[in-house]
Amino acid sequence: MDWLIAYIESVMRLAAPLMFAAMGGLISERAGLANIALEGKLLVSAFAAAAVAASTGSAEWGLVAGVVAGAMSGWIFGASTVWLKADHIVMGTAFNLLVVGVIPTLGKAWFGSSGSTPALGTEARLQAGVGFFIAGVALVLILNEALRRTRWGLRVHSAGESPNALLVQGVSPRRVRIGAACVAGALAGLGGVILSLVQGSGYVRDMAGGRGYLALAAIIFGAWKPYPTLAACLIFAAADSAQMLLQGKSVFDISVPASLIQTLPFIATLTILALRRKRVSAPRAINQPL
Amino acid sequence: MQRNPSLARSRVTGRWIIGVLAGCLAFGGLGSACTKKSSTENQDSKTASADSGQGTLQVGLVLDKGGKDDKSFNTAAWEGTQRAVRELGVKVKDVEAPDDAAFEPAIRTFAERGLPLVISVGFAQADALKKVAPQFPNTKFAIVDAEVDAPNVASLMFAEHEGSYLVGYLAGLASTSKTVGFVGGMETALIRRFLVAYEAGARAANPQVKVLHNFVGINMTAWANPTRGKELALTQIGQGADIIFQAAGASGLGVFDAIADTKGKSVFGIGVDANQNWIKPGKIITSMLKRVDVAVFDVIREVATQKFVPGVRSFGLKDKGVDYAVDEHNQKLIEPHQAKLEKLREDIVAGRVEVPDYYVQMKAKPKK
Repeated sequence: MDWLIAYIESVMRLAAPLMFAAMGGLISERAGLANIALEGKLLVSAFAAAAVAASTGSAEWGLVAGVVAGAMSGWIFGASTVWLKADHIVMGTAFNLLVVGVIPTLGKAWFGSSGSTPALGTEARLQAGVGFFIAGVALVLILNEALRRTRWGLRVHSAGESPNALLVQGVSPRRVRIGAACVAGALAGLGGVILSLVQGSGYVRDMAGGRGYLALAAIIFGAWKPYPTLAACLIFAAADSAQMLLQGKSVFDISVPASLIQTLPFIATLTILALRRKRVSAPRAINQPL
Repeated sequence: MQRNPSLARSRVTGRWIIGVLAGCLAFGGLGSACTKKSSTENQDSKTASADSGQGTLQVGLVLDKGGKDDKSFNTAAWEGTQRAVRELGVKVKDVEAPDDAAFEPAIRTFAERGLPLVISVGFAQADALKKVAPQFPNTKFAIVDAEVDAPNVASLMFAEHEGSYLVGYLAGLASTSKTVGFVGGMETALIRRFLVAYEAGARAANPQVKVLHNFVGINMTAWANPTRGKELALTQIGQGADIIFQAAGASGLGVFDAIADTKGKSVFGIGVDANQNWIKPGKIITSMLKRVDVAVFDVIREVATQKFVPGVRSFGLKDKGVDYAVDEHNQKLIEPHQAKLEKLREDIVAGRVEVPDYYVQMKAKPKK
């Protein structure tokens, strides 16, 4: 049974950053902002958190910095797409590319490195165990209720489905979208903080390793709804963790090449997506200028 | 829907601006990666290469994605060039290639600028160098970890298997759970070479020992994914491993995090390439050193003194091109085993112990 507990713990750890990134992405997508910039946001906030934690020696300030950096990049994304009417996909791609260039530049100025921060000691890291996973599940529960029942949730929903309905009520859909983008950025920022301060000890260049895109896949897979998106994150994490356990094991005395086992999560994703019967559709006003 | 023409126009302009911006960013990002150079000078150096004739020798260094602060392989190469800056008074220009496709332009740019020596760090650059080297017969090239057969290329090869066997032997001796682990970056021939010898070394110390192994990923990101490196190490610790050797670039830092974060069990890591004992003092039993710094420095010195010799040169236990690290951080951990390790080193150097080499095994395999 030990291996089962270890497996569950591993799934929780792998799922935590995905869940925060996915919930952030979900809010912004529901508000009508196609959010391909999740990867960049994870990187920015992971770097900001690690850089501040390394400079101040305080994990708490690192956490704050990561969330603020996430929210700020959310604001930049929201403002550029809403006020400047940029195409969301183009803007998101530009943001991801910008991050790849800006972080090494800052790292060089700050630490004389080429993108990574110095390794953090224990005091500058957050010791949370599975705390962030539990917080993530709580977030999903709250978000599910908030999107359905609160005024904020309904406005976000309208901004994504029919912005004109908001205008009729005298609410600015632009403001709703930008607000949602900031909240989304802050949540994705928490995901970045998990990467560099909780699970890692410092920032390593491009450490998100595609988790932002995986989170986006989870949202689409979860039909832009919190619970199915959470389920998707858990499935991805479970497949990934199984992949790690199975590497190097032999099946019926045949040793399976590690690279084949490593494709398991992708095969699982494809299979489940192919087996989905229901057609899913994105929020109607997504990527439409206001 | 009624359209306001001025609004529509501003929308188009907006998109246009953003498109241009995105383009600039894309190329700006690549451009900054390609033109970033750090030339360090040391005017005080008395040993400057006066005999090279036309002033200061300039050296181009092409690093891979891990970058010069990966605290491992690239760092070692970078330190070799920095020693040359201090002792030989050369100038170094370095570039970190963001992906595999950037190697060739990076090498070519240095050669076109007339740098007399360009050093490629890592086996991934072999194909790029094979193309570029013949086009610049007057430029001298060196590549670490790969063989490129050209009259102006020096291939700096290391006997990773000898060092891996030695640290595997140490792992087998020091493991109390009779289970040791290995975390590699990608499943490449080079990393297999580490693994095969490590496993054999551990078995030589203790035939009952179980060797777990995992690989981080299947593309370049595998070398820069510490979160996953940590997860793999935790999985191995969960399966009983108490010593883990990593050869995974910056992902290996996650392996050390896993070791430092494991409470209630005594687990240790083994570092790679550079001396990594300092990263988690008292938790890293040793590091398998690959003296890339020495090899790089030597090649620069040869060019500086006009004594460059092309061809393959190998570094092993014999010339301490491959070694294990002992310093103040791991002295207490390694002391009980040191006598046996020194004996084994002598045996390997004298040829009394045969170390399995994956490169040889690979070539010996019948091809269908």
